[in-house]
Amino acid sequence: MNGSDALLKKLKENGTDVVFGYPGGVLLPLYDSLYDCDIKHILVRHEQAAAHAADGYARVSGKTGVCIATSGPGATNLVTGIATAQMDSSPVVALTGQVGTPIIGTDAFQEVDTISITMPITKANFQPRQSKDLPEIIDASYKIASTGRKGVVVVDLPKDVLEAEITEDDMTRVLQLEGYKPTTKANIKQIKKAAKIIQESKKPVILAGGGVILSDASDELFEFAKLANIAVATSLMGKGSIPEDHELSLGLLGMHGLESTNNTVTDCDCLIAIGCRFSDRTTGKVSEFAPNATKIHIDIDPAEIGKNVPIDVPIVGDAKITLQTLIEEYRTDNINWTSEVVEKRKAYVPKMNFNTMPLKPQEVIKEIMEAITPTTIVSTDVGQNQMWMAHYYKTKNPRTFLSSGGLGTMGYGLPAAIGAQVAKPEENVLAICGDGGFQMVSQELATIHEYDLPIVTCILNNRYLGMVAQWQVLYYENRISQTKLAPTPDFVKLAESYGVTGVRVEKPGELKETIQNALKQREATVIDITIDPEELLPMVPPGEKITKIVGEYKVEE
Amino acid sequence: MTKNNQHTISILVENKPGVLQRVSGLFTRRDFNINNITVGKTAEPGLSRITITTYGDNRTLEQIIKQLNKLIEVIKVREMKPEQTIRRQLALLKIHAPTEQDKSEIIQYTNIFRGHIIDVTPKTITIEITGNPDKINALMDLLKPYGIKETAKTGITAITRGQKTL
Amino acid sequence: MNKENKHTISILVENKTGVLQRVSGLFTRRDFNINNITVGKTAEPGLSRITITTYGDNRTLEQIIKQLNKLIEVIKVREMKPEQTIRRQLALLKIHAPTEQDKSEIIQYTNIFRGHIIDVTPKTITIEISGKPDNINALMDLLRPYGIKETAKTGITAITRGQKTL
Repeated sequence: MNGSDALLKKLKENGTDVVFGYPGGVLLPLYDSLYDCDIKHILVRHEQAAAHAADGYARVSGKTGVCIATSGPGATNLVTGIATAQMDSSPVVALTGQVGTPIIGTDAFQEVDTISITMPITKANFQPRQSKDLPEIIDASYKIASTGRKGVVVVDLPKDVLEAEITEDDMTRVLQLEGYKPTTKANIKQIKKAAKIIQESKKPVILAGGGVILSDASDELFEFAKLANIAVATSLMGKGSIPEDHELSLGLLGMHGLESTNNTVTDCDCLIAIGCRFSDRTTGKVSEFAPNATKIHIDIDPAEIGKNVPIDVPIVGDAKITLQTLIEEYRTDNINWTSEVVEKRKAYVPKMNFNTMPLKPQEVIKEIMEAITPTTIVSTDVGQNQMWMAHYYKTKNPRTFLSSGGLGTMGYGLPAAIGAQVAKPEENVLAICGDGGFQMVSQELATIHEYDLPIVTCILNNRYLGMVAQWQVLYYENRISQTKLAPTPDFVKLAESYGVTGVRVEKPGELKETIQNALKQREATVIDITIDPEELLPMVPPGEKITKIVGEYKVEE
Repeated sequence: MTKNNQHTISILVENKPGVLQRVSGLFTRRDFNINNITVGKTAEPGLSRITITTYGDNRTLEQIIKQLNKLIEVIKVREMKPEQTIRRQLALLKIHAPTEQDKSEIIQYTNIFRGHIIDVTPKTITIEITGNPDKINALMDLLKPYGIKETAKTGITAITRGQKTL
Repeated sequence: MNKENKHTISILVENKTGVLQRVSGLFTRRDFNINNITVGKTAEPGLSRITITTYGDNRTLEQIIKQLNKLIEVIKVREMKPEQTIRRQLALLKIHAPTEQDKSEIIQYTNIFRGHIIDVTPKTITIEISGKPDNINALMDLLRPYGIKETAKTGITAITRGQKTL
């Protein structure tokens, strides 16, 4: 057995049956071993897509995603996807090829210092210099990626290490990780203290982040919210942690959040933040963020506690385990304020019906919601499309709303949808993109076609780099500098050239029907939706307090 | 904004390639300049101790320490409180001393500071001095007028007073 | 394949954020483990000296030195030849010494090696020892049977013999 065989065996042992990758010179030994291996390899058309797909796979399945790229440009192309997954704590093991150990550091053909490049954007990285170390490093990589605060581990694989022989003894050795001991079980005293503070508060509110979803704590969150009668706001990453059609759900908080939600969090006297990291997009101006609240922060990463917002009760632990204990410790439920909050939330009924052309994004999202089921997975891109979805779209289940929250990577939506569809072949998967982000990864339609993935891609086409243009309109005196993306290609023809169905939608009502047809046929479809470039979502200016919203929400009369 | 203070941080690490780069990278990212760093093996095989002195605000430093704790190769991190810590440094100084008069004065200063003369040439004297960093700086101030041709200081290492260990 | 040798490298650098990360990165890439590193300020403001001891083959090291020279913040790099170099290190050692007998023996050893006792508790003695790295290791070998509870070594600093400077 050589290094490559051992590597694949270790992937299988760690529960991986599908990988996303793109071969290259130094990976020839690995791809040769893959030739008669029963691990499924999804051949993407650009390495960045491999990383996003592995990330999307991980977010939907909860398992560790695996991507593969060759040395040099393969590894650098992977970098954006690695950083994206790491920022959103998505468990991914990224395997990169490397030139043979004797020539590392000589600027050999297709050599880059992948370890140094990926050091600040990974949870850990390894480069086995001897083949005997490879198996234990792979085991350790899975362990690190999938436990504690999840993240990305890069394993840089020199070609000769992949070729050298490996013994059975090497396969069973365990790498001792002296310095890696994540805390999952929180201090009971802190939990009791938190329970007491919540019980004594008059105006508590919960802020749920991506950590709730990552630790599969949605049921516990919902149970606690109902038990204590406390409403739940979410960060972008927290979407899906609570069913957004339930009255205790307040929806999105922050820069593009709901006005009532931003007001509620600002007014509260007790903020229970769970698995979130207080991003500047969530908090706005930190000094005016929930200024009167006693702040309780539950997070598995001690480095997040107090990083951006001062915390009164820090609780280091896994969200699920901690919430289970909190539920046991919690007694009363007489929070009157919550009904007030819920009423305010209910009073905001965004206007979604627009019988106009070009289509309004609200109408588009309404038709999307009408066309799908609660378990349908949506994967957004980055920009206006993402914020419209975050604001208006009601997520019903965890792991069904994928978005690049931390890094804000354009081009994420489509390849993440590929990963999602591979993870859940029977489920319906929608990619919601802008015309800009889609063009960064449109080559992945070839992957979709090759593997017969029935993904429905909705391009919200406004011929602009919309979000940047929106800021230019609002903060740079309407000087639209380099954000007009016309002419855009004919996306219908583009789709067809890849063997994927293409449909153009311009009129109200057409989209719902088109999506339903595509989902019924289980047919990969690209829908080019002409939307109104003038439509702007109200927002909080950067660095301002979150109650200072510029622009007006359109509400039902 | 919190005050800028001097800090001594002691980090017990696995002695692996790249660990110093990872550790220093965390300081770089927060724009913390590492004034002094010293890495030495410990009595336990495979473990090294990194001692860093740095200036900066307490909150940012707390963040850096938390991030250090997250590194796989880091076993323990502790900020060393000045009152509980013995800090020591070693310096080798090559001093310009072309005359007998210069030489005799330099030797006298060195003796007062309990340093050692380790090399003498017709034009230079090289001395070794150890002690807490202030003491070394005091000697250097005295010798500056002669011309310090070369300085080779170690970083500052630190150990806790009393029985406790890191 | 070249023979693996021990090397001491002295690097004069501008004291800027990130320089240590850049320097150590070059060693990591070539899989050179940095055994010891010490960074101390020099007499000239804004300049620091990094002294590194490492093992590895000569040719690769030559490459690393060339790469070091290319770093903007690096002013000078020199490999210190053993015969022309004075190398010094300082160590603080906390030794388990619960009995009077232990204490008296440890003090005796420390005196022989010209170390200093810097702290005593009922159960421990903390000593400071400086000198050639071999000297320090020799004392540590003698003290190991008592139990070395904590070791805080500086890296090894080095200065050229004679009049020349880096």
